[in-house]
Amino acid sequence: MVPISYYLMLSGILFACGVTGFLIKRNIITIFMSIELMLNGVNLSFVAFAAEWKALSGQVFVFFVMVVAAAEAAVGLAIIIAVYRTRETLNVDQVNLLKL
Amino acid sequence: MHLILFLAFGAVCVAGAVNLLVQRHPINSALSLVVVMGSLAAEYLLLGAEFVAAVQVIVYAGAVMVLFVFVIMLLNAGEEEPTKGSRVAMLFGIPGMLVGSLLIAWVLLQHSGNQSVAVGALPGPPKTIGWLLFHEYLLPFEATSVLVLIAIMGAVVLAASPESLGRKE
Repeated sequence: MVPISYYLMLSGILFACGVTGFLIKRNIITIFMSIELMLNGVNLSFVAFAAEWKALSGQVFVFFVMVVAAAEAAVGLAIIIAVYRTRETLNVDQVNLLKL
Repeated sequence: MHLILFLAFGAVCVAGAVNLLVQRHPINSALSLVVVMGSLAAEYLLLGAEFVAAVQVIVYAGAVMVLFVFVIMLLNAGEEEPTKGSRVAMLFGIPGMLVGSLLIAWVLLQHSGNQSVAVGALPGPPKTIGWLLFHEYLLPFEATSVLVLIAIMGAVVLAASPESLGRKE
């Protein structure tokens, strides 16, 4: 038997690691991976709450979050390729214009 | 036994997440993210969410991470060098993360009940989730199909070279 709060704490740790990566990393691809890490932390808390309340809707919402994350990854990586093509860099400090 | 398995996979999970932050080369970060996702799938299995565990492995560890690795290799991404901005962010970000996680842990310990779950506590077999998805959540499900279609078209348009789209630049 494992308390639900342990699962929630694990998801909080993963989310905090994602936020930190988002702040301290300068490579645009790594920043994007930190966002995926945050989404994973949230998914774990969805499943933990679904187990606490014996509700199935939490798992369905995890499915939707995964679909949105996959779509986001496809579009975001395409944007990264477009940015690299015009700027020749992946460092976010050197990317200061939205215009391509 | 459940607690031991939870702690083992949780430790692997946290170690992967910390390694993602420590590594300088994006390919190492991507591989440690795969480790995080794989051990999260094991945590889902411990909770009894077989459907979510399978989708996690197939969609996240499979499709999304392959996309990431492809892009890293396509752009030939090298090691990142720390800049002034990133040092300042590290100065504030790491203490901020520690304070934030301690706060989350404290609130959780204060306010959550002592309810525990056994192995496989979730009642839903994948069949029930499929039924829910196609009855109660049919409209959101159809909306995601439109979303994915838009994402595909957006990715093709954004990643295509300007010449192939017929733009004059």
